[in-house]
Amino acid sequence: MNQLQNFTKGFIKENPVFVLILGMCPTLGVTTSALNGLGMGLATAFVLIMSNIVVAAVKGFIPDKVRIPSFIVIIASFVTIVELTMQAYLPDLFAQLGLFIPLIVVNCLVLGRAEAFASKNNILSSAIDGAGMGLGFAFALTLLGGVREILGGGAIFGNKFIEGDGMLVFVLAPGAFLALGYLIVIIKKLRKTA
Amino acid sequence: MEYILIIISALFVNNIVLAQFLGICPFIGVSNKVGTSLGMAGAVTFVMVIATMVTYLVQTYVLARLGIEYMQTITFILIIASLVQLVEIILKKVSPPLYQALGIFLPLITTNCAVLGIAILAVQKDYDLIHSVVFAGANAIGFGLALVIFAGIRESLELADIPKPFKGVPIAFIVAGLLAMAFMGFSGVV
Repeated sequence: MNQLQNFTKGFIKENPVFVLILGMCPTLGVTTSALNGLGMGLATAFVLIMSNIVVAAVKGFIPDKVRIPSFIVIIASFVTIVELTMQAYLPDLFAQLGLFIPLIVVNCLVLGRAEAFASKNNILSSAIDGAGMGLGFAFALTLLGGVREILGGGAIFGNKFIEGDGMLVFVLAPGAFLALGYLIVIIKKLRKTA
Repeated sequence: MEYILIIISALFVNNIVLAQFLGICPFIGVSNKVGTSLGMAGAVTFVMVIATMVTYLVQTYVLARLGIEYMQTITFILIIASLVQLVEIILKKVSPPLYQALGIFLPLITTNCAVLGIAILAVQKDYDLIHSVVFAGANAIGFGLALVIFAGIRESLELADIPKPFKGVPIAFIVAGLLAMAFMGFSGVV
């Protein structure tokens, strides 16, 4: 597989959210608006790229039996970096995303890529895989956040273009499940015709 | 009275799965049968209560004392991961039947964000030890409640005639959405 395919597979073919169904908690929890989805997606992408690089770099030194705890420590270190940086420079976004930033540690997508890809491939491919998957995740979260924001508030990225309230249910908890369910159906259909 | 409020709020009003979106992976993944979801709920309750107790003690007596609260994420996830291993080993020795019932679910719990989420939430809410334990227990039961109801619905859903693209995960999300809507009826109770 060449590097370009390695990068683009995360967007549609193996999209972490719509196809692999990984990392559902932040996907549903923070996507009340497109901007929140994008912020969460980029934070996760950063952690994913960095942890993939480090895991690929140190994979020869870690005994097989303790590899999962070691991966978790690597991931947790980068999550702490993101958490503290975001708290310092983007306090508003941090307040919105709240609990879900530390919870990137237990995002199965990040650990999944470390275990399934970075621990078997070289640094460059792992970095590209992390970038592709991370941006695919960010893309999915932004899309879901955008859909919920348009239906729920008649706005996109905070710019209101429809007067009135919109379907409030899409901003509330049930709307997250419904919007994601229907989006997966649409993506399934698209992949079949494509 | 205060404890009852915490319990009702965690079970119905702010249900951990349906309102706070924690622990969605096992919620979607192991909710095909009522039996397995009961096993999962039991294992989660067990680990969540112990993990919250230990993380509370570590937070108060180690991290806060040393002024290194920023190590919270790393410390907590390590505690949870080793605790899960420990519980697995102890259960295997002490109670083989319980280990048989919960065994396969235990390794999955490390990456269940509900456990880490509740541990962090208990610290953020400034609960004392007893409050934290009640909070964790109530949320774990709330998780089990949502999981078992959902498994029951999915069992009968298997017999239903669903359009092909909706089969599997999508219909599960839509059902979860409707269930979340039902649980919204509880808002305002507390």
